[in-house]
Amino acid sequence: MMEPTPTPQTITTDGFRLHPEDEAAMRAEASHYEQPQAACIEALKIVQRRHGWVPDDAIPAIARILGVGPASVEGVATFYSLIFRQPVGRHVILVCDSSSCFLTGSDQLREALSERLGIGLGQTTADGRFTLLPVCCLGACDGGPALMIDDDVYGPVGAEELAGLLEGYP
Amino acid sequence: MNSQRQSPVYRSRLLQPASERTPDSHPLTWRLRDDGQVVDLKDYESKQGYEAVRLVLDEGDPQAVIAAVKEANVRGRGGAGFSAGLKWSLTLQGGDIPRGYIVCNADEMEPGTFKDRLLMEQQPHLLIEGMILAAFANNARFGYIFLRGEYVESARVLTAALAEAREAGWLGPDIAGSGFDFDIALHTGAGRYICGEETALLNSLEGHRANPRAKPPFPGQSGAWGKPTVVNNVETLCNVPAVMLRGADWFQALSGDRTDDGGTKLYGASGLVNRPGLWELPIGTTGRELLELAGGVRDGRELKAWLPGGASTGFLLPEHLDLPLDFDTVGKEGSRLGTGLITVVTEDQSMVALMRNLEEFFARESCGWCTPCREGLPWTVKLLLALERGEGEAGDVELLDKLAADCGPGLTFCAHAPGAAMPLQSALRHFRHEFEQGVRYPKGKPHADPIPAGEV
Ligand SMILES: Cc1cc2nc3c(=O)[nH]c(=O)nc-3n(C[C@H](O)[C@H](O)[C@H](O)COP(=O)(O)O)c2cc1C
Ligand code: SF4
Ligand code: FES
Repeated sequence: MMEPTPTPQTITTDGFRLHPEDEAAMRAEASHYEQPQAACIEALKIVQRRHGWVPDDAIPAIARILGVGPASVEGVATFYSLIFRQPVGRHVILVCDSSSCFLTGSDQLREALSERLGIGLGQTTADGRFTLLPVCCLGACDGGPALMIDDDVYGPVGAEELAGLLEGYP
Repeated sequence: MNSQRQSPVYRSRLLQPASERTPDSHPLTWRLRDDGQVVDLKDYESKQGYEAVRLVLDEGDPQAVIAAVKEANVRGRGGAGFSAGLKWSLTLQGGDIPRGYIVCNADEMEPGTFKDRLLMEQQPHLLIEGMILAAFANNARFGYIFLRGEYVESARVLTAALAEAREAGWLGPDIAGSGFDFDIALHTGAGRYICGEETALLNSLEGHRANPRAKPPFPGQSGAWGKPTVVNNVETLCNVPAVMLRGADWFQALSGDRTDDGGTKLYGASGLVNRPGLWELPIGTTGRELLELAGGVRDGRELKAWLPGGASTGFLLPEHLDLPLDFDTVGKEGSRLGTGLITVVTEDQSMVALMRNLEEFFARESCGWCTPCREGLPWTVKLLLALERGEGEAGDVELLDKLAADCGPGLTFCAHAPGAAMPLQSALRHFRHEFEQGVRYPKGKPHADPIPAGEV
């Protein structure tokens, strides 16, 4: 019934199809709650796990599954900072910019990262490898300055360690 | 995963070896392993795990649980210090009131706070046991752990532990043959500090934008999907099993005569200390004791100020180091205990720059519902940036006073704005001269386009 899902490289918003596995996962999530709307954030994350980000046309698709209006899904999709509404790189780097890391050198760490990658906060490298974003306290303040690459938390990170660290994320 | 040998992978850890921790003195952490591996179900059960659930379900008296938690004076460890027992006694139950929910607030995002992560990553069953007890006391039919999205390791450990507990019959129908049924689902978020505010959390749980709700009604009256709902912090819930097993008097006595608050606290230190970390200590431990455990101020610098419990608490000074860190004492100093993890600031740090960093956080994380918070905080940041560059104008410091006052308690929809105001007001009180130094022309700007002398 479903056509194969386009790969992240070829995806355009008007060619969007929910993967059948993702649709099933969304329905399973929705069963944990009194009302399916509660699975909205998880549904967005499911799309994001597969595509890297949440294209516009995913919104009505999710809304249909959860039985809610697209506007409420859109409202949620634009509120939460870890739901990406633009394409991001293969790896997302979240640099903590909260107080304990600020005191232990997050500005210097961010500058070193920017310099190495040639991008500022909110930008993606030209080769599509990394996106750099700020994040609030990662709950790793005893390891400040801290950052997260994809699912991995690092800290304290010295500027001289960045090269080795980034190598692990081709 | 990164394969570099020296990659600085972060691991949550307690800086107290197992040899220093006993069931009598460290109810939260005595089971933790020195190697930092998870205390799994088998390990947990062999160390009195789920004994409190068995005991309480055998006795079958929810009101007795509430009475014990009240008597032990377990105060909310999420930052506000509200009595858990009192909160539970106000939860609607009985008659034709539907069974509600237990929601564990695991959104830990308060800058400077890294305690709930430890409990979830290394000892998930203590939290699950605490939630079962809370569910029984409050007649909840289902529980949610609202976990921040970035806590990927916590999610992994909790998911495995929930499956273990279900398999062993600690979750699900007819728990331990008592007829009581209860289960828990893990709900992970997607960023935004405001999700930690308990009513915003409920909106987020229901799949809406995380704007707070009006109180009253309080969640205990009408929470998730309009049902009675108890929201408690991870550490608060983790205290309940020991209270039920060992009694309120024992719990009270843990803090000795340091304070009226009962129990221990996961205290921590970060910022500019030599040995940042986490310790389970009697509640009422002093800042000086904590600072000593943390190896003192980094590189022999001088202590300038400290935040007692996260970004939304007020700055304290070196002269406050000997005060017991409990909710009431810190409250009397114009600050709050907050989460109890101190942030240490050294003499060489500009308070204007630090305040700018803090207010950038609060401005970015405002949910945008009320004007003083949505508009006032970015304005505050703008003023602080100007002062930091020495480009402030006459009246800017007074304007900061006003913007902070407009965010005070009771003037906005939730406690986010008061949380932004408290550190600013304390910094303006203790370090006013630093802010004033950032004003370029204290007596007002000179004429915008002065005619150079002799050129007419
Ligand atoms: C802006 C804001 C953020 C909050 N974040 C958290 C949080 O991350 N974790 C938490 O337990 N409590 C947080 N709280 C406090 C909760 O609103 C609530 O008081 C707490 O979950 C109650 O649990 P407790 O009584 O066990 O502490 C926050 C409050 C505010 C105003
Ligand atoms: S005080 Fe701020 S965060 Fe709280 S409801 Fe108002 S705008 Fe939202
Ligand atoms: S302030 Fe950066 S991890 Fe907490």
